[in-house]
Amino acid sequence: MGGENNEEKVSMPFFGLPRIYPFIRKYRLRIVLMVILGALTVLVDAAYPLFNRYALNRYVGGKTLDTLPYFILVYIAVLLTQMVLNIVSTTMCGTQEMIVNRDLRNAAFEHLQTLSFSYYNQNSVGYIHSRVMSDTGLIGEIVSWGMMSLVWNSAYLISILVIMLAIDLRLAGYIILLLPVAAVFLTYFQRRLLVYNRKIREINSRITGDFNEGITGDRTIKVLNIEEKMRRDFETDTVDMKKTSVRASHYSALLISSMTMMSSLVLALVLWKGGSLTEEKLMQIGTLSVFLTYALEMLEPISEIIETLSHFVSIQVNIERLTRLLAEKPDVFDTPEVVAKYGDSFRPKRENWEELHGDVEFRDVSFRYPDGEELVLSHFNLKVPAGTNVAIVGETGAGKSTLVNLVCRFFEPTEGAVLIDGRDARERSQLWLHSNIGYVLQTPHLFSGTIRDNLRYGRPEATDGEIMDALRIVSADGIVERMDKGLDSEVGEGGELLSTGEKQLLSFARAILADPRILVLDEATSSIDTVTEKAIQNAIATVIAGRTSFVIAHRLSTIVGADVILVVRDGKIIGSGTHEKLMAEKGYYYELYTKQFEELAIRKVWAGE
Amino acid sequence: MKKDSNTRFPDRSGMIWYFMKGSVRYFLAAILFAALVSFLDMVSPKIITFTVDSVIGDDAPAVSPFILSWIERAGGVGYLKTHLLLLALLIAAIGVGAALFRYLFRVNNARGAETLVERMRNTLFGHIMYLPYTWLGENSTGDIIQRCTSDVQTVRRFVAEQLTSLVRTVVLIVMALGFMLSVDRRVTLASAAFIPVVMGYSLFFHMKIGGEFKKADEEEGVLSTIAQENLTGVRVVRAFGREIYERDRFEKQNDRYTGVWVRLIRLMSMFWSSGDVVTGLQVLTVISLSASYCVHGTMTAGEFIAMVAYNQMLIWPVRRLGRVISEMSKAGVAVDRLRYIMNAEKEKDPEDAVEPPLDGDIVFDHVSFSYDGKETGEVLHDVSFTIPSGSTIGILGGTGSGKSTLLYLLLRLYELPPENGHITIGGTDIRRIRAGYLRENLGIVLQEPFLFSKTLSENIAIASPAAQEDAVRYAARIAQVDDAIESFTKGYDTFVGERGVTLSGGQKQRTAIAQMLIRKPPVMIFDDSLSAVDADTDRRIRTSLRESIASSTVILVAHRITTLMSADKIIVLDRGRIAEEGTHNELIEKDGIYRTIFELQKAGLAEEVS
Repeated sequence: MGGENNEEKVSMPFFGLPRIYPFIRKYRLRIVLMVILGALTVLVDAAYPLFNRYALNRYVGGKTLDTLPYFILVYIAVLLTQMVLNIVSTTMCGTQEMIVNRDLRNAAFEHLQTLSFSYYNQNSVGYIHSRVMSDTGLIGEIVSWGMMSLVWNSAYLISILVIMLAIDLRLAGYIILLLPVAAVFLTYFQRRLLVYNRKIREINSRITGDFNEGITGDRTIKVLNIEEKMRRDFETDTVDMKKTSVRASHYSALLISSMTMMSSLVLALVLWKGGSLTEEKLMQIGTLSVFLTYALEMLEPISEIIETLSHFVSIQVNIERLTRLLAEKPDVFDTPEVVAKYGDSFRPKRENWEELHGDVEFRDVSFRYPDGEELVLSHFNLKVPAGTNVAIVGETGAGKSTLVNLVCRFFEPTEGAVLIDGRDARERSQLWLHSNIGYVLQTPHLFSGTIRDNLRYGRPEATDGEIMDALRIVSADGIVERMDKGLDSEVGEGGELLSTGEKQLLSFARAILADPRILVLDEATSSIDTVTEKAIQNAIATVIAGRTSFVIAHRLSTIVGADVILVVRDGKIIGSGTHEKLMAEKGYYYELYTKQFEELAIRKVWAGE
Repeated sequence: MKKDSNTRFPDRSGMIWYFMKGSVRYFLAAILFAALVSFLDMVSPKIITFTVDSVIGDDAPAVSPFILSWIERAGGVGYLKTHLLLLALLIAAIGVGAALFRYLFRVNNARGAETLVERMRNTLFGHIMYLPYTWLGENSTGDIIQRCTSDVQTVRRFVAEQLTSLVRTVVLIVMALGFMLSVDRRVTLASAAFIPVVMGYSLFFHMKIGGEFKKADEEEGVLSTIAQENLTGVRVVRAFGREIYERDRFEKQNDRYTGVWVRLIRLMSMFWSSGDVVTGLQVLTVISLSASYCVHGTMTAGEFIAMVAYNQMLIWPVRRLGRVISEMSKAGVAVDRLRYIMNAEKEKDPEDAVEPPLDGDIVFDHVSFSYDGKETGEVLHDVSFTIPSGSTIGILGGTGSGKSTLLYLLLRLYELPPENGHITIGGTDIRRIRAGYLRENLGIVLQEPFLFSKTLSENIAIASPAAQEDAVRYAARIAQVDDAIESFTKGYDTFVGERGVTLSGGQKQRTAIAQMLIRKPPVMIFDDSLSAVDADTDRRIRTSLRESIASSTVILVAHRITTLMSADKIIVLDRGRIAEEGTHNELIEKDGIYRTIFELQKAGLAEEVS
């Protein structure tokens, strides 16, 4: 879903290729060489019928075999030359394609690492992913094979024409007259096909959507007893698909058959006119046969050229999307002065980094999300001395993440400043700050790889001993012992081989190992079994001890023990203080807390406690 | 999967045949037209030979007497010599004919392919719709979709491209060889000697490269996963300041992936180029042999030209044949994956299924149930109770108490084994009632309802196609979702899943309530369907419901006492057993779970009562 369905039509000068030029600039010499080699191969290709002609004129016409051994030798030599040329040029071309793909992918990926969260909020993961993975491939293909095919076929076409003109001017004239007709025909059909293909892709994604809905909505479908309706609705889509595809096939069939029909017409023309010339002894039989061959082969390169051009047209959209991604500017960025001192995200100057203590201060902060209209914070002030535990409470969707986003500098204040250790966060690099922050997500995110890889994520140099210590602190050592390969066990894509609770514990261990000065914790609401629940509660207590921590809190234990509690409602902070103070106010916090307490108590009733 | 012998499609070809029903004739027509095209394509060189040799040149026409009589009728060779245009027109006419047949071939082939795909998709979708609920739970959604999309395409490609091209290729080869034989046997044999070589080489290569392609796919999968995880985990990446690590990881895998492809390209280019040499040698053999026969006078110039042309037609199909054969194994795997779905057994009603009125008493009689059929994993244990017709029953239970299982059994989403007790409605065992009929009459609102990507109005009326617009609005009003719907710019025509439109969990639940109300089923079931709405809306919905559904039997599952307290009877379900049973007042008297929870929720209750 998400933007992929509505295929935009984009039109740019030179099919948008100039925008891609920076990526192929450094390979330009190779590309020129590749094209020259390709053109040479084609020239050799075009020469084959000449052998035929020679054999006809010399041996068949002249009734002698005197040069046959040389003929065979030269033929084989040409074959081998062509083979070498072919291997070199296609390998170069294919390699070039892959290299351009790789460079584009790397560039897109690296750029994405610098883009701000607002970009990620506005574009779905699926959308961004296909920019990185599929647009790049299509573009690489077009700048290598597309260009090569254009050059090859033009060269082939031109050499055929030149040879024909050289052999016989009048006869060649007749053939050349047919060219513009063919070109017009082909362009028309290609254009129609392009429209249909776009439509087919649209219907296709609709059908995939139908399958998805039919399977994920199975329970609802069954209880509503609408299997038959779903089936009928589905069939309207498949009928639509069939109709459109068959109609498209009419055009492609017309395209191909009119091509071959034209080549037959050319053949007839050559036979008629050429035959007369031969009868009048103005042309040799061998020459006539060569002409017949060329006449047959001429339309092939023309149709290839037109197909390639239509490919160039359709790929513009992808070029546009990719270059738009690459041109995207991050909202949050380090100033040149900061980069000069602290380095950027890929070339940090760690030697200049100060130690981070963990004092955080919001000074007169007003904030509006880049895509929002309303101020969610207005002149907010809060001092969080190093080691303080801040709990943020409120209902789901109330905007509890805002403060955390500001502390982590995922977003920057619209007005005012967030101070870290007394200095504006913007005065130091993002990487410096992030290297000192630990982050535990509500839905724990693990990367595919081993447990060790994942735990070392925050501190690559951690030893196995340290890793085991961290695991023990959050009582997650049992998980590792249970797996057959210990720390080397794979966790699967997104950690799918582990349960949610296990993932949760591992992400705590990961945060402990990173030993950050500031810790952000987005507690899970999901109910897990009581044993894991206890383990997680203990883990939280251990992790936040002695660090500045911001906890988006759901567990009563965290809330009650916090140094400061911030109460959030409808995106705004409506109260702050300790648990006792807030309870005494009997306001919204009191309500939230009683409800939570009640839920917890009921859960205990069912658990038989 | 069960024993193969009992399944519907015990082998691959059986299922391909089944799918091909309706498209076979198009494919047959396509093959016929393709053969005609090939024939005409080969006749052309014959005419050219004749023209060059006997009309322009002076050789005696080397054609059969039958054709000769036609030539005589057209005015003899001498006449043609002065009227070359006639022959040219013949070539042109054949060209036009070939073009027509080529068009018909392509269109028929496409129609066949599309008919095939349509049938495959419809059959699969239709089959999946009627598979038991439990089957869908056991198989991953992504996997089934993968089978229904990409495996379908693989089968289509195989049938429409490979299978027809296999038939065509064989026809072409036979025809080209036939024509060549009619010209000269010696050269034909020499040329044919290359066929096994070229084909063997091609087959060998495609088998080999298949593995490389698979490797490339796998490397791409890894790369794609890295990108995916980076994008979904962007918070973690940034918060740990691991951009460099991520970039390096991506670049490393990118290099690997690129490397596999570069190797693949090198392999392919070697194959094609060396293949060119082999076929070039074949051409050379034909040319040199024919030339020397010409010099020796055993072949004419026209025959020389024809021989070279026919040989050209022989080369391509032979090279393609290797590929077709190697594709076959790929298609076989895809067919098996589809067979897995098609062989799954549909939900079944007994043959003497009945459709009695369903407004009678609902009775659970010593019902026990476990998913795996074993006693250890019992979700329900010896549950018995009665819901009198027209009454309201409340069910209170914690997570894992078995309350949803109870409802799913009643709806026959799970099949109750015969020895595990009985569920009856109006005295009829539900196992004997047609499942579709049962579900039509037992309306349920699920805790997490699924809305379809249609308009809200279509969603509400999805199970009652005859419903008018005002019925939709009325149902929405009772379900208290009308205000929310009207607040969208497009109102009832708002598309679910449209950009910028998000329905909250509570709005979804209320839409689902409207969806049930509009059907007016005799039994209405609420499976914790008010969990996501606030207490106030909950109360309003219950009030308006009570007015509109007076005669229906109602089953209310909830965790709020306020939702349940006015029920005629309340059952407390604890870990698969009925722990308490009675009216609100009776249960309050007892010192049990119900009362404890009631006490805990008292604060909220006081609010409501006031």
